[in-house]
Amino acid sequence: PFNTTQTPTTRRGVQMQDPKTGVKSQPQRLVITTIPHAIMGEDIVAWLADRFNIDFQEARSVGCRLVAFGYIYPLSDHKRLVLKPDASLYRFQTPYFWPAQQWPVEDTDYAIYLAKRNIRKKGLLELYEQEQYNHLHKWMNHKWDFIVMQAKEQYRAGKERKKPDRVVFDCQERAYWVVHRPPGTVSAMDYGLNRLVDPNAVEVKGNDRVGRNHDRNHTQSVIHHSYRRCLHCGDVPSRLVKHCTTFKHHDPFLAPCLPSNPWVSDDASYWTLNGAHVEVPTKMRVERWTFSFGELLSDPRGRDDFRLFLKKEFSGENLAFWEGCEDLKWGTAATMKDKAQQIYKTFLARGAPRWINIDGKTMEVTVKGLKHPHRYVLDAAQTHIFMLMKKDSFGRYLKSSTFKDTQKNAISPDEHKFRWNAKKRRPSLSPIAVRQMEAEQRAKLAASGPVDITQVMSKLSKQGKEVAPPAGKR
Amino acid sequence: MRGVTSARQQHQLAEAGEPWWRQRESERKRPNTRTSSTIPSPLCASSLKMACQALQSGESLATLKNESDSLKKKLEEERAKLHDVELNQVAEKVELVSALSIRTRRVLKGHGNKVLCMDWCKDKRRLVSSSQDGKVIVWDGYTLNKEHAVTMPCTWVMACAYAPSGCAVACGGLDNKCSVYPLSLDKNENLAAKKKSVAMHTNYLSGCSFTNSDMQLLTSSGDGTCALWDVESGQLLQSFHGHTADVLSLNLAPSETGNTFVSGGCDKKANVWDMRSGQNVQSFETHDSDINCVKYYPTGDAFASASDDGTCRLYDLRADREVAVYQKDSIIFGASSVDFSLSGRLLFAGYNDYTINVWDVLKGNRISVLFGHENRVSCVKVSPDGTSFASASWDTSLRIWA
Repeated sequence: PFNTTQTPTTRRGVQMQDPKTGVKSQPQRLVITTIPHAIMGEDIVAWLADRFNIDFQEARSVGCRLVAFGYIYPLSDHKRLVLKPDASLYRFQTPYFWPAQQWPVEDTDYAIYLAKRNIRKKGLLELYEQEQYNHLHKWMNHKWDFIVMQAKEQYRAGKERKKPDRVVFDCQERAYWVVHRPPGTVSAMDYGLNRLVDPNAVEVKGNDRVGRNHDRNHTQSVIHHSYRRCLHCGDVPSRLVKHCTTFKHHDPFLAPCLPSNPWVSDDASYWTLNGAHVEVPTKMRVERWTFSFGELLSDPRGRDDFRLFLKKEFSGENLAFWEGCEDLKWGTAATMKDKAQQIYKTFLARGAPRWINIDGKTMEVTVKGLKHPHRYVLDAAQTHIFMLMKKDSFGRYLKSSTFKDTQKNAISPDEHKFRWNAKKRRPSLSPIAVRQMEAEQRAKLAASGPVDITQVMSKLSKQGKEVAPPAGKR
Repeated sequence: MRGVTSARQQHQLAEAGEPWWRQRESERKRPNTRTSSTIPSPLCASSLKMACQALQSGESLATLKNESDSLKKKLEEERAKLHDVELNQVAEKVELVSALSIRTRRVLKGHGNKVLCMDWCKDKRRLVSSSQDGKVIVWDGYTLNKEHAVTMPCTWVMACAYAPSGCAVACGGLDNKCSVYPLSLDKNENLAAKKKSVAMHTNYLSGCSFTNSDMQLLTSSGDGTCALWDVESGQLLQSFHGHTADVLSLNLAPSETGNTFVSGGCDKKANVWDMRSGQNVQSFETHDSDINCVKYYPTGDAFASASDDGTCRLYDLRADREVAVYQKDSIIFGASSVDFSLSGRLLFAGYNDYTINVWDVLKGNRISVLFGHENRVSCVKVSPDGTSFASASWDTSLRIWA
């Protein structure tokens, strides 16, 4: 993607060079000439830390980025584009060479640069530069006369400059090419794929019909959106705060997992104890079910418990219908019509074996829609049943003996502080294998007649999702 | 449901998260909100009327645009008068997040080139990752074992997703397609043989996600569109048009009754879509540059975005506006990816300056910076049970942090 960080980086670079508030600099002696305005790595880091109110590590990281992009270059060890927070010396790159200028970096220019250095002193090129030079010589052979001519011209012009200026310019130019033709493979200039739309390009407003319609739609939607916004600025902050507070102790980054976070302790008990269909859930998990009906439904173990409760109340058909609707909505297109018919026959038709109680208007709309079924045909009925369960059954469930028993028997594992030990990590059963096992179970069920689904699920989880550990190790 | 519903039932529907745009005009008032604010209706009604009349009389687009701009300004002024309570004001009462000690717990090495995307399996420990050289690897993050590997026929595999069942992966990139590979327990089986080509776009694939089952796939593309596909048949179920540039990211709403998703693109817009109708129901344009990633808040009524302008922002869907900006002077590089922790209190964001920043969603300040990657962070995702998050990077490695 096009690099849009140039402007802030440029501003940064200009700020840093301010003689009063920028990084302090000094002239640096190099052999017999002096290089003006050299700055020490540690001073750069200190200035960044102070200016942006960040710590040493971050300041160093920001400084490294500035070097990687070529806004600052090192005077010694010039091929390594890192910022060393010591007395190593750096200089600000001249704005002419800043990436923000967005000159296209041509191979021709690079060839001229290498040729020029070759002219100055044979054997001056490093190994990687030599390789590049040979490569360019081969591919640009047709232009080579032009390249050599330009190189000679630049070399001659350079000799006419005063020695200190020439030394400085050579440093700058060398730094520029280290950034754009790095010796290794990692380069800050690597920006990935081009996006089709250039954010830096000026928008061109067309006069064509399509453009006009788009503008009309856009204007209409702006008006529409603006109107809508004023009606809905409800209690935004409180809702977000409420959710964060409710789930505070359930967030593994904010409160410890019990018994421990598997990634930290190399002990996977937390996952075993919280398996999809364990017989005895943990106290924390049960607590989450009380937060909202959605939480209860989305946890397979919670849903199992709820299903058990509904069975006792003889209203299991509501949940079954809801699950059928989900299956229809997200299922494959090929079987959709059959599924819709099946659901109608089981739940909606007059005298259906698991008839659900929805109001007349919804039923009318649904039955009408089923004449030409599509995957959302049961949406209205599904929402109605969902709200029914949420407003009615859920509340009763939380007060029921089913839930209270589950809550009472729920376990609360002690925290254990295992130390990191990679040898303890065991592989787990692949989801593919789990699915195969579930399919086999379902086939057995279909053959042997109706069985309580929760028994089946808990049996599966007893078989465990972990590969059995080698005997003797625990 | 559209018949005789009492006011109480209507309110209940609103509370339950029935999408606001399904409610009729008369049902839109929201009682019981402490900071409820309704703009004086005469102003709105008359302004709307003016704007609609302008549309009808066929005035030129320039005047139309002026009309809408002035209306926007008027509404902003009115809103400012109503003293909306801001997020960080309410959050003042919330206690601070105590110091986090997040460290790298696993480093997954095996890709030969930039890792562009990753996704977790629902079993909380497996994950799939894709890279620039066309390799897609399925790992058990916990043991560091590589379980499956596929070589795509194209490079720059920018999108990959794990199926909810854990038995297949979807991926795509410069081939303009999204293909589904069923996984196999047989190590010697060539997964490419059973590959299913599902999505076809006219430009690169930037993002893909399974819906609630293995049977449907949602994709976003450089051609500016998103699309919903039936995996079995490859049929296009719905397409979503509205972005005026590359769409870079999408995320499905977590709500169990929700049928929406959000997408972000190079046109600086984040759009919310209704999967049923294909309509763009909400749009947010406050970023200054390309939006690289969008991610829903755990409740589904807000989402965060990460952009090349170096900021991450939080948008509330019910209030229909931006409610927070996560930025710092020292962050000058684009943010490539974001994700929320389980409670929604923490926002993990990966940046192009090789770091990951952890933000306090409510208070808006940065809690910590995580160093470790040696090149851009391309993707950050929290595991399904919130115990860790994984980051993928151009330095060819993935890291798991906890």
